[in-house]
Amino acid sequence: MSDKVSREILEVFYGRLYPFKSIFHWLNHEPIPSDLFLKREIAFNLPDDVIIRYNSFNDYDEFKKQVCKLAPTRFEIGPVYTSRPRDRKTARKGTFNPTHRELVFDIDMTDYDPVRTCCSDADICKRCWSFISAAVRVLDTAVRDQFGYTHLLWVYSGRRGIHLWISDKEAMALTDDQRKAIVSWLTVVPKDETKKLNVRFGSRTLPASLQTSLDHLAEIFTELILHDQDVFASDKGFEALLKRIPDARVVDSLETQWRSSSSSSFEKWKDFKAEIKHYAKGTSQRAALMAAMEDIILLYTYPRLDENVSKKRNHLLKAPFCVHPKTGRICVPVDPERIEEFDPEAVPTIDQLLSELDTVAKAAEHHSDWERTSLKPYVDMLDRHNQSIMDEARKEKRGASADMSW
Amino acid sequence: MFKIEERSSTVDSKGKIQVELHRGAEYPHRLNFYDKPPLYDVSIEEFETSALDRLRILAEIESSAARNRTWEETKTVTSIQCEKYLPLKSSNALGVDKEAQRRTDHLGHFVLRLAFCRSDELRRRFVKAETTLFKIRYETDDSTERESFLSARDFNWIAVDQAEKEQYQKQLLSYLGRSEKESDKYYKVRWTRVPDLVDKRKVFLKGGWAYVPSREQSSIVYQEFETHLERDLLATSRYMPRLDEDTRLGGILDNLSQGFLAGVSSEWSAAPGDIGEGIRAEMVDDLAAKHFPMCMRNSHQRLRADHRLNHFGRLQYGLFLKVLGLSVEEAIIFWRKSFDRINDDTFNKMYKYNIRHSFGLEGKRANYPAKSCQQILTSGGDPGCPYRHFSPENLQSALLSTYGAQGLTSTDLYEVMNTVKGGHFHVACTRVFEMTHSSSGVKKGDGIGGGESVTHPNQYAARSMELAKAQEEKAMMVLA
Repeated sequence: MSDKVSREILEVFYGRLYPFKSIFHWLNHEPIPSDLFLKREIAFNLPDDVIIRYNSFNDYDEFKKQVCKLAPTRFEIGPVYTSRPRDRKTARKGTFNPTHRELVFDIDMTDYDPVRTCCSDADICKRCWSFISAAVRVLDTAVRDQFGYTHLLWVYSGRRGIHLWISDKEAMALTDDQRKAIVSWLTVVPKDETKKLNVRFGSRTLPASLQTSLDHLAEIFTELILHDQDVFASDKGFEALLKRIPDARVVDSLETQWRSSSSSSFEKWKDFKAEIKHYAKGTSQRAALMAAMEDIILLYTYPRLDENVSKKRNHLLKAPFCVHPKTGRICVPVDPERIEEFDPEAVPTIDQLLSELDTVAKAAEHHSDWERTSLKPYVDMLDRHNQSIMDEARKEKRGASADMSW
Repeated sequence: MFKIEERSSTVDSKGKIQVELHRGAEYPHRLNFYDKPPLYDVSIEEFETSALDRLRILAEIESSAARNRTWEETKTVTSIQCEKYLPLKSSNALGVDKEAQRRTDHLGHFVLRLAFCRSDELRRRFVKAETTLFKIRYETDDSTERESFLSARDFNWIAVDQAEKEQYQKQLLSYLGRSEKESDKYYKVRWTRVPDLVDKRKVFLKGGWAYVPSREQSSIVYQEFETHLERDLLATSRYMPRLDEDTRLGGILDNLSQGFLAGVSSEWSAAPGDIGEGIRAEMVDDLAAKHFPMCMRNSHQRLRADHRLNHFGRLQYGLFLKVLGLSVEEAIIFWRKSFDRINDDTFNKMYKYNIRHSFGLEGKRANYPAKSCQQILTSGGDPGCPYRHFSPENLQSALLSTYGAQGLTSTDLYEVMNTVKGGHFHVACTRVFEMTHSSSGVKKGDGIGGGESVTHPNQYAARSMELAKAQEEKAMMVLA
């Protein structure tokens, strides 16, 4: 294991920079430790793949002390259980179960390997980040509009992906079945890439939720897939495209055309659209091809979720503001409104932050030293997010007598 | 749990107390959400039989799922079983005591709740089977009765008004299937109440509300049934330790949950004078090769190979042969010949008594029934049930060598082994029966007649012999 980050550096990072209080507020929804924090599992990842599971804490001081003592390479957040995880062995058999958990989603660049041409595997560049930003747009709108959730926190995973944490009360309480349902609702690209997209009945119109996404994705498709990535330029690229076209005549005609001379993806897409226009409006062939075209756009641009992360309440997920062990970058929150501007390369690394600390007055160590580093805007972002969660929790407590529940 | 309701007691001429309950029509609907527990006295027999009958049906539902039956098949098979064990007629049926039927249904459900609230596994399986049963009944219910059942209960849905419907008309239409026009009515519920519809992307979602078309209304009802039952079972399990219970009930409840875990419930009992009458010792070899289930084939092979069999093996196999139709005289001959390495004296001293005992001719003279699948499955092995107690490799080669002659091929094994892996041992046995009897016209899913699964080794053998006999007769007819 050639982890870049040493224990000494991590100790300083946790001791002086990590925003424990913000994380505590975010998990707890109110200022005084509640079950959401007390019965919450925190798992520590130590070097050499050692994982200490089922830690829980009484307050954030204790939490911070333990993190500083162990200086884990990262730590992960688990569910809220029926009783305190650290006392789980005293619980009656079968009564220690997860009850609550933020609804989480994970989008990882590796799932896009079949459709990106610029990098592969662990590499990521500004260009392929466009896939992620397209996914964030679609997912963010879908969750807010269709499911009505408002407390969404997007967090950069430190290398090539992004996490979404949803803290709404209803979302926290979802059962595993319900989580599975929401994942299915939001999954369009089948696990087996060669399979057909299961998005419509026959060649009927798309369901409204996907139609909305499609309008946005069609633009992305032209920009990203046709121009920037130029996915169909290579033989392999256009062969994959041909496989998606349900009309044998069109496939034949396009294949001879494309084999004889090379052309850009944009040209090829135009050829395909021209072929569709050969069929008169209202014919079933045309309808089938139009549907296929929409399916192709979805296939290449629709968010690809790592479904195992979302489906079970007891799945652990790396906490925000941890350090990615390979890149040294901090897992910072991301503003979905400005996702297109986000540059993963510009995210502060742990080394950078520590040297920033050195340059500011070497006076007394302060507990929120992050205020004097480039970590500040990110912590502020989380604090603003927490404010809205806590406001709602407070309102709900006050209004508990006048019950407005559905 | 069962409180005494208002009742009047009269003492009849023989001094026995007659208890009459004064109740109106307690069960206005055929469907029941089981909101209220049965609050009346029941006899211990009624307590047990109502639960056992219901358990047969739930076990059939479970094995239907394990056997990948389609929904229609499951519905048919379950309806047949329901007709047999737990008839439940619609309100306008004539000439039946609907109240009594519904009472049994109600009681059985609550007794099983007591038996199945104890572990996560049991709760999960019970909820699944009960919800399936509810679905089947809901689908087969008379539509006007269903309407009145639905209106009698508050499902907490919001009817979507015309203005809202028009506002989202385009979106709503995009979720309807190919053949459907417009849905006349929509009901609005939180999406969390219809996860199955969300999973299949079948409803319009806006702000966390699902717009459920009236055609999918049943989804809300099923989901409500399921969550309701889950919640109640959990509550029951918390109260269980504090149940001031009659010691007579504990045993019954234990027994019920045991049966469900083994996947079988019904005790198959051969009618006296069944087909196998008059089997002679020398016929056993032939019968074993043609008609015995794996467990008994295994016992027979071991007996032939080793010339001995352990105590439980003798007991299990001996009782099986007895029920098959081997008389005590023939049994003694059979076992004497099988143990050909010992002398008469040892045999008479050590085994003859036991054989006679199992026929009820010695000791307490009880007529012991043959062991059922449930007993064999839970016996802890040796001889046990090969599907459960053999290692997978061992089972595969044993199946091939045993049934190869009857048409079982290694391609069939995959399916059988998969069912075994899933813990559905009786289903695996049933599948083997179907595969090895395909020449007699047994199709996949037929089981041992009417889609029933194997629950008793004798049932397996009896059915197999019955099929062979029928075929023989058919051949005779052709010849004649």
